[in-house]
Amino acid sequence: MAVIDTIEIPPPREHEAPGQRRSGQVLIYLVALVLIGLMLAPVAYIILGGFRSNADITVDPSGFPSVWHWENYADVLVSPVFWQQVGNSTIAAVATTVLVVALGLMAAFALSRYSFRGRGLIYAIFTAGLMFPMTVAITPLYILVRNLGLTNSLVGVIIPQIAFALPITIIILVPFLAAIPHELQEAASIDGCSRLGFFWRMVIPLSMPGVITVGILAFIASWNSYMLPLFLLSTESTFTLPLGTQAFASQYSVDTARVLAFTSLSMIPALVFFSLFERRIVGGLTGAVKG
Amino acid sequence: MASARDTSPLTGDAARTPVADGGGAQPLPPSGQPAVGRRTNARRPRGTGMGSRLELAILIGPALIVFLAFVIFPVVIAAYYGFFSWSGFGPAVDFVGLRNYIVILTDPAFHEALGHNIFIAVMSLVLQGPIALGLALLLNRKLRYQSIIRVLIFVPYVISEVVVGVGWSLMLQTNGALNGLLNRLGLGALASDWLSDPAVAIWTLMVIITWKYIGFAVILFLAGLQGIPDELSEAAAIDGASYWQVQRHIVLPLLGPTIRIWAFLSIIGALQLFDLVWIIWGQYVASTAGTSTMATYMVANGRNAGSLGYGSAVAVVMFLISLVVALLYQRFLLRRDTAGAVTGGKR
Repeated sequence: MAVIDTIEIPPPREHEAPGQRRSGQVLIYLVALVLIGLMLAPVAYIILGGFRSNADITVDPSGFPSVWHWENYADVLVSPVFWQQVGNSTIAAVATTVLVVALGLMAAFALSRYSFRGRGLIYAIFTAGLMFPMTVAITPLYILVRNLGLTNSLVGVIIPQIAFALPITIIILVPFLAAIPHELQEAASIDGCSRLGFFWRMVIPLSMPGVITVGILAFIASWNSYMLPLFLLSTESTFTLPLGTQAFASQYSVDTARVLAFTSLSMIPALVFFSLFERRIVGGLTGAVKG
Repeated sequence: MASARDTSPLTGDAARTPVADGGGAQPLPPSGQPAVGRRTNARRPRGTGMGSRLELAILIGPALIVFLAFVIFPVVIAAYYGFFSWSGFGPAVDFVGLRNYIVILTDPAFHEALGHNIFIAVMSLVLQGPIALGLALLLNRKLRYQSIIRVLIFVPYVISEVVVGVGWSLMLQTNGALNGLLNRLGLGALASDWLSDPAVAIWTLMVIITWKYIGFAVILFLAGLQGIPDELSEAAAIDGASYWQVQRHIVLPLLGPTIRIWAFLSIIGALQLFDLVWIIWGQYVASTAGTSTMATYMVANGRNAGSLGYGSAVAVVMFLISLVVALLYQRFLLRRDTAGAVTGGKR
């Protein structure tokens, strides 16, 4: 094996000296395995704990389910409160995603394909937004939304979420749109297509990879959002899933197994979305963070 | 911010410089619109016509208005209400000048919270940076099951802070799973009050933060690594450089801009930390367990104490601290990236 390796030119993408490859490969899989174990252990604890009974958990907190109790999950899945919160989270996440992509795409199109005075300044204003996560603005944001009469409504959550998702959306989309060849636009314009027509017919289809990236990021951020709903939503019927999970956890704090079942069910949508589009997200960010 | 304007009429080189440095010092990618003069289509003069202005207003107006109204304007409101003692009901009339700020800056509880924020910011860099770099290099190789491994490593980053908080706090209770596991392994002596012991709690928080946010660093680093052409590493490998030599002398320097962007976002995130602390420790335990942050201080003493004026003042202080950090960081670290693109990066 080693003999063959020494005369072999390293195949592309294997950046190591040939002799090290075999033992190195085993070590790498070992390291990967340990890391995955560490990353997943707490998640496994939550999911498996949902299948245990409270008595089991009290006696042996770190054990495996001896008898699989499906009723914890079943109880959560038939509770109308859970589904109402799923519905609220879905409405908020879908509305935020659709609107932030629409507004972001329009602004990014203007910033990347028009030349006008103040273009750099407007771009700088948007990127400056990245410096200030919602935390710093939450108290005044609460005052503002309350003055608009939008507390205890999902609209009051959705609009600020759009505003705070715009910077990253625009930063990721601008390089995508700028990379669309100018010749395409010229050809379209010769065929009598206006710049807005070009936007509809060419830019939107061509920028789909970037759109998917920002869309997934916006969806997950909204699905997981905690601080804004915490400030703005106080009626239980408007709770999103994170608020509901926390309320459930404190309300049924003695029923650990059911809390764990509720918690595992609430993380499914974000996980599904992310695993479907993981490759797209890394690919979409490549334009924005060229090394 | 002004520099973005200075450098905006860029040539194709812009695509090679980092865009997401978060602070505005980055150059704007070139517009697809060519410089005036290359235009041959006389039928539609671009850039200045009324129609064009209207298009621009329609395209950029909505985003700009929403952004200014809900991101920038709140900070302005905070600056105003920060000068009042105001419960949040009725008009703010009790003008107190700088009193809120004096109270904040002399409050030991705030100093403590600020100290925790600084500790968290520094330890996040120290703990997450090297681990994430290793993970990204690992995941950037051709591995079997690569995409499954990637998704699994990102799981903690994708699940919500509430799930993380509820799960970890149940696991770390005095009679929780971790202590149970230690007892079972005969390491019962190591069991402790992970959440409530002030000597341990902040380290517990660091472990949870590292676990939760390392995926973000890995995503950024992976994206950065994909931008590095394979040819460089291949050429070095043919010249006899070992895997580690290639990583150390070629990949790492080229990844510099991405690492600096990540560090920036990580520091800003650490200064604003709220969710995890609030969910796991809550308002009261956070201060006794030594995990309070500026944000939990703001909420506990602002909205929850019924004094929005004071809370606004804390928001302004946090804003200013973040702003100063951001500007210093840009001045001394990110500025190097624009210079490095010409000199250092090529070495």
